[in-house]
Amino acid sequence: MAARILVVTSGKGGVGKTTAVANLSAALAQLGKQVVAVDADIGLRNLDVVMGLENRIVYDLVDVVEGRCKLRQALIRDKRLSGLFLLPAAQTRDKTAVSPTDMVRLTDQLRSHFDFILIDSPAGIERGFRNALAPADEVLIITNPEVAAVRDADRIIGLIEAEGKGPGRLIINRIKPEMVQRGDMLTTADVVEILAIPLIGIVPEDETILVSTNRGVPAVLNGRSPAGQAFRNIARRLLGEEVPFLPLTPSGGFLQRLKRLAFGGGTEGGV
Amino acid sequence: MGFFDRFRGGPSSRDVAKQRLQLVLVHDRANISPGVLEQIKDEIIAVISRHVEIDREGVEVHFTQDGRESRLVADIPLLGGSRKHQAR
Repeated sequence: MAARILVVTSGKGGVGKTTAVANLSAALAQLGKQVVAVDADIGLRNLDVVMGLENRIVYDLVDVVEGRCKLRQALIRDKRLSGLFLLPAAQTRDKTAVSPTDMVRLTDQLRSHFDFILIDSPAGIERGFRNALAPADEVLIITNPEVAAVRDADRIIGLIEAEGKGPGRLIINRIKPEMVQRGDMLTTADVVEILAIPLIGIVPEDETILVSTNRGVPAVLNGRSPAGQAFRNIARRLLGEEVPFLPLTPSGGFLQRLKRLAFGGGTEGGV
Repeated sequence: MGFFDRFRGGPSSRDVAKQRLQLVLVHDRANISPGVLEQIKDEIIAVISRHVEIDREGVEVHFTQDGRESRLVADIPLLGGSRKHQAR
């Protein structure tokens, strides 16, 4: 095996990087792949809690880099999904504990044992982002349909291109079809036009994400989660499958549905 | 724009967001602020008018976007089509 190394990044914080890494990793494992999710957000580790593996951490990424343990000892196997592993970040150190070269060396060691290595990048454009980007073969840029997030995504895309790793592929997260429909949210088409990079997924705003995070069970394991479905579709697209973007439908009440029936107007895009 | 927006008047917040983003990203991408762009325009006018008569008020300097490629475009209207030394 020779793993594909993907980094999920955004520039701005809070747009859904960690959620995307947890869900895409789980979805790829569901599809029978050997996957390791790497938390590169040293000092602010969170991928462990989102994946529900926080109680099983003994060693972390910095322990491996500094030679306190073997790489194998730091990997946590997810008992719910065979083929899924986590390499947690250190919580008591900061980004300077690791260099881009360390990350390349570490992922080179992992490469032969996995199909996919997914790296959760920290927010920002400094050392932590550089660390996460250094080993990546492919870049997934995640953003929200909102001015600050799109602006930061554009900046990140510029930096990725400057590193010769561009342009990357785009995930638009937390779309609210109701708001799009009434003209109060950028559409998928708007964001794609502005950022001008290929789209790989559209994820609707979905309360089940918070519930999943509360429980530490990725949403892709919940067959009825719309966001989970969207992430499963992205995983299949990563494997080269042609998966159509499903229509996003406003989950509004009776009145909204009546208004739609009466006045028409479909929503743009889909998961 | 949705049905009810047609009565609300003015552009939707989506349209405003898109226009504002497009404008701010042009400057972000080129790393040139609107102020610096004005300065560039003044300097272009100074250089060109040393050689030909131009309509200074009509000069336009702006960015265009083609995907992620940015281009700085200067439109400089000439006056009379004559070179200075010929006019003299």
